[in-house]
Amino acid sequence: MKIAVCLKRVPDTTTKIVVAGDGKSIDEAGVKFVPNPYDEYALEAAIAFKEKAGAGETVVYALGADVTQETMRTALAMGIDRGVLLQSPGSPDGFEVAKALAAEIRTGGFDLVLFGKMAVDDYNHQVGIMVAELLELPCISAVSALAIDGGAVTAEREVEGGVEVVTCQLPAVITADKGINTPRLPSLKGIMAAKKKPLELKPVTLGAGGVTVTALALPPERQAGKIVGEGPDAVPALVQLLRNEAKVI
Amino acid sequence: MGSGSVPSRFAGVDFYHIDSLLTEEERAIRDTVRSWVDDNLMPVIGQCYVDGKFPKQLIPGMAELGVLGANLPEEYGCAGLGNVAYGLIMQELERGDSGIRSFASVQGALVMYPIYAFGSEEQKKKWLPRLARGEDIGCFGLTEPDFGSNPSGMITTARETSDGWVLNGTKMWITNGSQATVAVVWAKTGDINDAKSIRGFVVPTDTKGFTGKDQKGKLSLRASDTAELHLEDVHLPKDAILPKSGGIKSPLSCLTQARYGISWGVIGAAMACYDEAVRYSKNRVMFGKAIGGTQIQQVRLADMLTEITKAQLLSLQLGRMKEAGTMTPQHVSMAKRNNVNMACECAREARRLLGANGILAEYHSMRHMANLESVYTYEGTHDMHSLILGQEITGLAAY
Amino acid sequence: MTAILAVTEQRQGALRKVSLEVVAAARALAEQMGATVDAVVLGGGAVDGVQALGPAGADRVLTATHAGFDLYNPDGYAATIASIGGSYAAIVFAASAAGRDLSPRVAARLGQACATDVTAVGVEGGKVVVTRPVYAGKALQKATLGGSVAILSIRPNTFAPVQAVKAGAAEIVTVPAFTQRVTVREVKAPEKAALDVTEATVVVSGGRGLKEPGNFALLEALAAAFGNAAVGASRAVVDAGWREHGAQVGQTGKTVAPSLYVAVGISGAIQHLAGMRTSKVIVAINKDKDAPIFKVADYGIVGDLFEIVPRLTDEVKKLKAE
Repeated sequence: MKIAVCLKRVPDTTTKIVVAGDGKSIDEAGVKFVPNPYDEYALEAAIAFKEKAGAGETVVYALGADVTQETMRTALAMGIDRGVLLQSPGSPDGFEVAKALAAEIRTGGFDLVLFGKMAVDDYNHQVGIMVAELLELPCISAVSALAIDGGAVTAEREVEGGVEVVTCQLPAVITADKGINTPRLPSLKGIMAAKKKPLELKPVTLGAGGVTVTALALPPERQAGKIVGEGPDAVPALVQLLRNEAKVI
Repeated sequence: MGSGSVPSRFAGVDFYHIDSLLTEEERAIRDTVRSWVDDNLMPVIGQCYVDGKFPKQLIPGMAELGVLGANLPEEYGCAGLGNVAYGLIMQELERGDSGIRSFASVQGALVMYPIYAFGSEEQKKKWLPRLARGEDIGCFGLTEPDFGSNPSGMITTARETSDGWVLNGTKMWITNGSQATVAVVWAKTGDINDAKSIRGFVVPTDTKGFTGKDQKGKLSLRASDTAELHLEDVHLPKDAILPKSGGIKSPLSCLTQARYGISWGVIGAAMACYDEAVRYSKNRVMFGKAIGGTQIQQVRLADMLTEITKAQLLSLQLGRMKEAGTMTPQHVSMAKRNNVNMACECAREARRLLGANGILAEYHSMRHMANLESVYTYEGTHDMHSLILGQEITGLAAY
Repeated sequence: MTAILAVTEQRQGALRKVSLEVVAAARALAEQMGATVDAVVLGGGAVDGVQALGPAGADRVLTATHAGFDLYNPDGYAATIASIGGSYAAIVFAASAAGRDLSPRVAARLGQACATDVTAVGVEGGKVVVTRPVYAGKALQKATLGGSVAILSIRPNTFAPVQAVKAGAAEIVTVPAFTQRVTVREVKAPEKAALDVTEATVVVSGGRGLKEPGNFALLEALAAAFGNAAVGASRAVVDAGWREHGAQVGQTGKTVAPSLYVAVGISGAIQHLAGMRTSKVIVAINKDKDAPIFKVADYGIVGDLFEIVPRLTDEVKKLKAE
């Protein structure tokens, strides 16, 4: 089974956000970068499917600056066979990223292309779906349960008030959500083996893109609230405040 | 969870950018073990310590990760990592608990290492992969009730017979001793006063005459298995001996390996206590302000960070020397002595900063503080390492 | 005449409330651009509630009916909207489960970029500008949409539906031929047909302070007292198996923005805050006065939740009975 996984290097979710001098991006000093957590579900799915099939190849694709190689090596350490980095600095918009990835993946003969449903920095929730559209492949997004039997895909995704069951045939694109699996930690042997796995670098040029970020700012501080009191005796006062001051009940 | 300690993932302590002196693989290895400890050890260690139980359900996970005998070669099923990577693993395990790091130290440095260094090819092929996979648990039988700092005086004997050996004796303070499936036991094959006759033996613990008995009543290393070993006419085949072992220097060289790992490990314990103290100091409010803004607590924290940083640099250089083949046992003595001592003090000062909350098991500092007293004493007491360095400096033995 | 397309949603033949929010957002853009608003409804047959679209601000209501459109049909919906979308200045979706799947498809088919989950819209220099939370809500991004069609999805519960006086002329849209690549088979309902946390006006969430799964009954009683309320959960209790993942509020769960969010026995880890910090009013109940949740709560009570929550349930019931 030939499986592609797309990976993004993102700031760790505990990062304290400081706006950089350009007013549009974050200050990266001291920031720890990690594989996008949703992409880890995709990586685990790829490795597990290949293990189950007994044969095949898994390839991790990423788009970014050269330092992205370090993040890709984590994927190789988990068990992905090889990687391709599309070298492109800056933060292009999702459609530009999708076009570059689609062009690279198109000729790979993949049975399955996996993404995380969204990146925890930009929260765009679009690249995987757009790649599927560009490749004219079936796509199921935000999948929290995935079963593949032969060429038949059955997926579940959470919707408001329920779970949607969706089916399609391979080859297909799936974007992964929490619940689909538990990503494995790379073993220490895997970390050492990652160094020797092929990691290709390919420069790409992206267009300017349709979404242009003009500013990044910290949200307005929520005004400091008040402790209404201690214990159950404070409850009547709270209820009065909720009705008369906050006007929410 | 206590005030301010919202469950979070450990972010380490690196004031002097020591990460920039590590390779990408070393950082990745350290980060992986750190995550493993957060996910698997931290949720259970408080209760294990209180209950006095070693969390043996974690052994398969540790083995799969590759932490057992991590610096031994891949041909024997081990991870084949460098020595700084090995040190970082010990650091991260002990950030969780000294008992868990003791398990890994014994298995790797005191059981797998002697088999690797002194064993026959058959012994290596038979035992090392199984020990690496955690299918066998090992222990190291050197210390005796009356012979701790002076292991050369041991009175455990191994008499040669027509078809093998017979061992008799008692060993004490043996980590993993009651759950081990194999024991590397050191015994005198010659005259009871002849330390040169000390040889190592690989003893399956189900051999008739061998018993491992839990030592109860510990107030330190409670999440660790500590046992007495009794050998009563334990008959072993000829090939149970470690053929290349000979004299006290054989077990001592194993201890040098373990002490190296310990010098790193205790940094992890100190980091855990420092991290807990810093977070607590920012959240704990007294007299209308966070205690982290008071002078006395700031001095405590500054001292802790300084000592941790010094210890990190000491161990890193020690690791690079080990990799270059220039490390001596005396180098290791300096790092073990300094780092354990500084960790004991960090833990104690962190406990004090935490105030009354610091005596509760839901905080980590007092558990580390109690554990580190054992680490101060074992693998060469602090005082013994002082004398090792004294002899190195002056050429005069003061034992 | 410039027009903005509002993509509505229906479930089981009834218009979903978020559709009115989408129309409101489209209306906001239309006012600033001097444009009109078309609302498009996709379904298997007649959809209940479409008559509200006109009063909510739609100048025209376009209906696309197809036997396969009862349930969400990604390829069919995308093909239909793409077939008419090119002539609009902007297309607005809800960043709902369906909308987050559909908007990128339409964007790709039209060769456009897409801005998702926006919380504010405007027009500057003739271009649509949006504000959207990023980095788990720790920062707000402002962006300009430069393509020929501005495609965006709005965060639910953020744009208040408006009451305009419009008739909403009806028109039929022909569904083009399309290749159906995926099929939605069914929507499984959860065991109890509870209100989803993302749709409730009030969310009462519980964390490890509840001590045992059975104690969530206290929160269910409080939610029932509030009415139109759902019970949410922190990641810790979902991981422990006490509550379903669908109830999880936080970075790896749902993002909610109800009028009132009551955090009970939740300490306030950053990852949880990411999922609820844009709630209009936050109340925290926790025995630990230093818990981080109190830093973001508008109102807090320190004490034993097992005493406070039942008392709060009583007081809310009394208030509602007045």
